[in-house]
Amino acid sequence: MTAKKWPETWQEVNPGCMVFRPGSASEYHTGSWRAKRPIWENEKCIKCGVCYIYCPEGCVTEGADGFFEANLDYCKGCGICAHECWPAAIKMVNEED
Amino acid sequence: MGKRIGMEIALAAAEAAALCRPDVIAAYPITPNTHIPEHLSDIVAEGRLDAEYICVESEHSAISACCGASGTGARTFTATSSQGLLYMQEVLPIVSAMRLPVIMAIGNRAVSGPINIWNDHSDIMYQRDTGWVSLFAANGQETVDMMIQAFKIGEHRDVMLPVNINLDGFQLTHVVEPIFMPDQEEVDRFLPPYKPYAQLHPDKPMSMGTLGLPEIFNEAMRAKNEAILQSKKVVLDVWKEWEKQFGRKYEPVESYKTEGAETLLLTMGSMGETAEIAVDELRKDGVPVGLVKLKLWRPFPFEELRKVVKGAKSLAVMDRAVSFGGPGGPVFAEIRSALYDEPKKPRTLNFIIGLGGRDMVVEDFIKMAKKTASTKKLRPEDAYEIYGARE
Amino acid sequence: MSTANLNPKKLFENFELYVPKLIEKMEYFSPGHRACQGCGEALAIRMMCKALGKDTVIANATGCMEVISSLYPTTAWNLPWIHVAFPNSASVGSGVSAGLKALRRKGRIPDRYVKTVAIGGDGGTVDIGFQALSGAMERGHDMLYVCFDNEAYMNTGIQRSGATPFGSSTTTAPAGKASIGNKTWKKNVAEIMVEHGIPYIATACHSYPIDFMNKVKKARSIKGPSYIHCLSVCPTGWRSTSETCIKLGRLAVEAGIFPLYEVKYGKYKITVDPPEKLRPVTDYIKPQGRFRHLTPDQIKGIQERVLMEYNKLMNKVNHSKSWDELKAL
Repeated sequence: MTAKKWPETWQEVNPGCMVFRPGSASEYHTGSWRAKRPIWENEKCIKCGVCYIYCPEGCVTEGADGFFEANLDYCKGCGICAHECWPAAIKMVNEED
Repeated sequence: MGKRIGMEIALAAAEAAALCRPDVIAAYPITPNTHIPEHLSDIVAEGRLDAEYICVESEHSAISACCGASGTGARTFTATSSQGLLYMQEVLPIVSAMRLPVIMAIGNRAVSGPINIWNDHSDIMYQRDTGWVSLFAANGQETVDMMIQAFKIGEHRDVMLPVNINLDGFQLTHVVEPIFMPDQEEVDRFLPPYKPYAQLHPDKPMSMGTLGLPEIFNEAMRAKNEAILQSKKVVLDVWKEWEKQFGRKYEPVESYKTEGAETLLLTMGSMGETAEIAVDELRKDGVPVGLVKLKLWRPFPFEELRKVVKGAKSLAVMDRAVSFGGPGGPVFAEIRSALYDEPKKPRTLNFIIGLGGRDMVVEDFIKMAKKTASTKKLRPEDAYEIYGARE
Repeated sequence: MSTANLNPKKLFENFELYVPKLIEKMEYFSPGHRACQGCGEALAIRMMCKALGKDTVIANATGCMEVISSLYPTTAWNLPWIHVAFPNSASVGSGVSAGLKALRRKGRIPDRYVKTVAIGGDGGTVDIGFQALSGAMERGHDMLYVCFDNEAYMNTGIQRSGATPFGSSTTTAPAGKASIGNKTWKKNVAEIMVEHGIPYIATACHSYPIDFMNKVKKARSIKGPSYIHCLSVCPTGWRSTSETCIKLGRLAVEAGIFPLYEVKYGKYKITVDPPEKLRPVTDYIKPQGRFRHLTPDQIKGIQERVLMEYNKLMNKVNHSKSWDELKAL
């Protein structure tokens, strides 16, 4: 099912407000909530994946080179990754900078 | 071929539900409908029905379990009365909003305060706005027939709504009547296997019961209302099919000796059977009285009601529930509203009768009919009385 | 606070550090959900779904997780999901479990096992959903129930629940001149579930992801009822910083406040050993604004009770016998 134009008419609303597009929440970019963003210093990174596992959004992904970065469309800037990073390879930097 | 047997109506209702091959039954006992879930559990225990029977710990859990099961695509059934129905109430509008065709038998019983286990319609009258299709059975045969029809109506792709079948507690549930019981082959012919609109299954993940922001809630309500309005056509079609296959006719509003009637009585449920006898006696004495029996309560049968009462001078609506501080009993208020704009409409009176199992005999109906024939036009707050309250 | 200054030897001893690489990559709980930043519960859900895998149906109670994940017309769930009302995720789950069982038996759905998981917050489990949970567990449905415990009714604005810890300030049991905040100890639902005689009960926390996910996997493999109680840090409700979400969970375990254990067929086992000397509860309490009104005497009282509860559990662990062992006595 393709996305309908929002807001829908009463005829378009799915019966029972059922949603047939699993994972469609990703259409909403929570990255705009952010006040700080995480920056990885790959020289320090030991590629352990702890930042990946502790992200509540699930937006930290491993690149082809084995290093990690946050998908800025979704990163809310909570700082958990930076706080949990064992070699302190992640810094939280103000959005305005 | 089915056969005609004498059976307690609650047991017959259970047999009828079993014939519809439900997959999941979740029910909690409450007098007077207990015999329905009890007998169903017997049928399952005997191996006559392949179903998951959940002995839930409350009625709220009963209807919730039915939601969960119906969500997976199972055909579901539950039964309750009075306090149990009220305990489920939080979930009832959700079932219809989620478009899950859960079928429920209600052994109508008085709502507490003081606690009373006997028959009246107060329990279902509290559920008027929940968006369920509501049928009222007046006798054992109607109970059995409506149980089977309900599955077909609810599961129809143009409806996809839960349906409740109302039968009077004790007056019907505990009464033995001769009933023509269809057999499995006939029911299978009438009622095909359930093909759900959506199913909870990992092969096609989907979410049910999502959150509706103000931007969409209004439209969702409009869609739900349209659904129950559309269900009227399906009810009529299903009844036509029923008549074709089983030979018994059902109409939303059934009339009994209404030709030339100046006074009409309007009933729902088993009291109609007693009223029929009163009408017969009055007619023998040449009193032009007739009876109107409402079988379809929701969606409300406006057209059929207006047609049937057109020629009458007066109409007595028998309610079996009180709308405290309101414009008469619930059925009365709806009938008056339906007739409000008619250029020619009967003068209406409202008798709230049979509360908490108070017996109503033929003489009572005769008295009420006579009073109605001579009534003048009254405002709704003056037109109703709680009949027979000793002073 | 980074751990870069720790003794390097400790880094290599911790194998769990590298295990995230082996975890299921699929995000069954997609980003784009509207949870607060640093939400421990959303993280726990994400981990739980990875451990459950594709063949799962979720029944969710009303609460934070339901509201933030399923705003029509979108859903964060990549799994089949149903929400009905607040008190009934366990009963809806019972129905889902029965429905799947019946349909599989009758050949109306593919012949493979699909797990039913009912989830709820502490409100929907410990208070309003308690009856449904108890009934579902007693009836023995093949269903895993996971309680995501953030210790208050967070979705409606941080009101007190039966799982709110002693001395915590919530909006309906606030701290003030005449009150310490919540006056009662946390209801121990995990132990109540043990007494329901179900095959598997566990406590978990998102700060120990491998432990949590292993427990979810174990529970998933049980063909019967199972229960997991997952402590979920809520920076918003606990008035702590979003980045300390994981650390607070660890402190709760290391102070003996929320021991991580499992009870499998009656046998108790601690799954994450706290330090030999438990950390003082002050370490856990200090970073949280919901406890900032507590006096040193009140904290002392809490410390005593925490030790007592911990010793009570350790007593059970040390004397615990599995059902089979008990039968053979």
